Amino acid sequence: MRDLYARFGGGLATIFLTLVLIWLAAMVLAPNLMMIDYALRPNLPPLQQGGPQDVRSLDNFLYLANEGVHRAIFLKTIWASALVAALTLVVCYPVAFWMAQRATPGQLSIALMLVIIPFFINEVLRTLAWFILLAYRGPLNAVLQGIGLIDAPVRWQGNGGVLAGMVYAYILFMLLPIYNAIESLDKSQLEAARDLGAGTIRTHRRVVIPHAKAGIATGCVFTFMLAAGSYVAPALLGSPGSRWFTEIIYNWFFEGGDWNRGAAYALTLLVLCLAVVLVTLRVFRVNLTDVAK
Amino acid sequence: MSHSVELDGIGMRFGSTRAVSGVSFTVQAGEFFSILGPSGCGKTTILRMIAGFLEPTEGRVLIGDRDMRGLGPNQRPTAMIFQSLALFPLMPVWENIAFGLEARGVGRAERRKRADDLLRLIALEGYGDRMPGELSGGQRQRVAIARALAVEPGVLLLDEPLSALDLKLRQHMRAELRALQKRTGVTFIYITHDQSEALAMSDRVAVMSNGLLQQVATPRQLYDNPATPFVARFVGETNAIAGRVSAIGDGMARVDTALGPLHGRADRSLAIGQAATVYVRPEALMPGVGANTLRARVSRMDFEGAFALVHGQFPDGAALTAAVPSTRLGDAPALGTDASFSFAPEHAVVLADA
Repeated sequence: MRDLYARFGGGLATIFLTLVLIWLAAMVLAPNLMMIDYALRPNLPPLQQGGPQDVRSLDNFLYLANEGVHRAIFLKTIWASALVAALTLVVCYPVAFWMAQRATPGQLSIALMLVIIPFFINEVLRTLAWFILLAYRGPLNAVLQGIGLIDAPVRWQGNGGVLAGMVYAYILFMLLPIYNAIESLDKSQLEAARDLGAGTIRTHRRVVIPHAKAGIATGCVFTFMLAAGSYVAPALLGSPGSRWFTEIIYNWFFEGGDWNRGAAYALTLLVLCLAVVLVTLRVFRVNLTDVAK
Repeated sequence: MSHSVELDGIGMRFGSTRAVSGVSFTVQAGEFFSILGPSGCGKTTILRMIAGFLEPTEGRVLIGDRDMRGLGPNQRPTAMIFQSLALFPLMPVWENIAFGLEARGVGRAERRKRADDLLRLIALEGYGDRMPGELSGGQRQRVAIARALAVEPGVLLLDEPLSALDLKLRQHMRAELRALQKRTGVTFIYITHDQSEALAMSDRVAVMSNGLLQQVATPRQLYDNPATPFVARFVGETNAIAGRVSAIGDGMARVDTALGPLHGRADRSLAIGQAATVYVRPEALMPGVGANTLRARVSRMDFEGAFALVHGQFPDGAALTAAVPSTRLGDAPALGTDASFSFAPEHAVVLADA
């Protein structure tokens, strides 16, 4: 804060701070407070709003707690998002390591282009591409049947499709933080470990992963949050049996017309996601400030 | 426990550039051996070929008479100390030291005990639980040495490990490294571009230039009997006076130069009429007239305490440097005057120009 004033002078620094505060108040604080207010009130016709029945209660939250199907989908969304983060990590870590430590500058720029260019395209369209790939009469089934691996087409849409679509959609959010972290590792550390007799697994477990911990945690947090709040992938690649919690929130808002219950559901998801993230960071002994970097 | 290292005609090519060609020498078991050369001369490439990080494109590396072809750095009886030291910053000192033992499946209690033993050896007892970042430069240096010694290597490879230290600490660490080598008896192969470091510590030194081996000799021989013009100029200070060989005999040669005929020691490979240069160390030049006399105009004098460096200029503009002991400064010529300097023939070396 003092640096800010020292660098830009009183007038400009005050303007910056005011703008940031207005932004935070209008775009973050106010909508969330409104959502909390919505979540605590019953869903009433306009005429009864503000009337004697319009009292704050936890009814909307209790509804979720007592509704078995919604509760199950909610819990599944949480652990499936963790699974998405874990799978994305498994896919990205070797690639990030290769890019950061092994690739030549030419290979690196090609690899970076290959992972970044698809992200120029909207998430909906990218997911739609998977929708086409995984279709019942789509290319994947055709290829697998062609080489004789399966006899009849497989219905990929459902849990498997959602998982694949999400891992693909969030690769960049996992890859880049880990790449950044591993890139700063001095090559001679790897050579020293090897010279002292360590194999690949020990070198990664004892040298690379501890060094890249903050990057890995950042990637996992991003991916988990994005997966838990994802709507497109479950809507396009899912099946009725693989519903995501965001779809239920959507239903309350736009089909059930019950904004209050929708707000309660959304708030629950937000709070639980935050809790999962904070616990994860605590377990891996990473600070929130490391993630912010 | 210590091993000999034999390089048999090794060469290394990166694409079309040759980093090292046709280098052969043998390091005896238990020797302190240095590889000296300017940066880019191929000395680090040689070290990395011995360590197993690079596979030579030609020739063989033998350690303890065993051919090392196809063996990775984790399978060779060598341990390397990196220029950056490469301590693991997120592990406490004792785990750093015991890392090689951990990789060999030694149990935790035993590892801790061995680490403590090594900490005692490097006079850092009780530092085991600190992090490397909490140590001073010299302490980190010693931890890196202990970490390499923990795996009981037959050969210790050191890649300019003192270059990051300040002068005083560097001089202290030289003595310490030398003492440690004597105490452990491990073969040390030490890479450096600092000739005084190489001369002060080594049993023998190999001098490299442009990927080629110039000479392998004891520090004394290297200084007194350089085998090539490069060694004569690179190791220590020297005055070089070019000319043509006019007489040879009895291990001596006469060279006719623009400053008159000069005599110096020479080997048999010289031929009469060949272009050659006479190399004389500054401390071999004395004021006065003698067997070989040079005349030069005195342009500068730097008093250094034990001796004074007298700088002169020959009529053709070439420079002369003489180190005159303070006890003989009475004979020193005055600035700006023409003066005679002489040297004994056995203090000069004649080498054919490359």
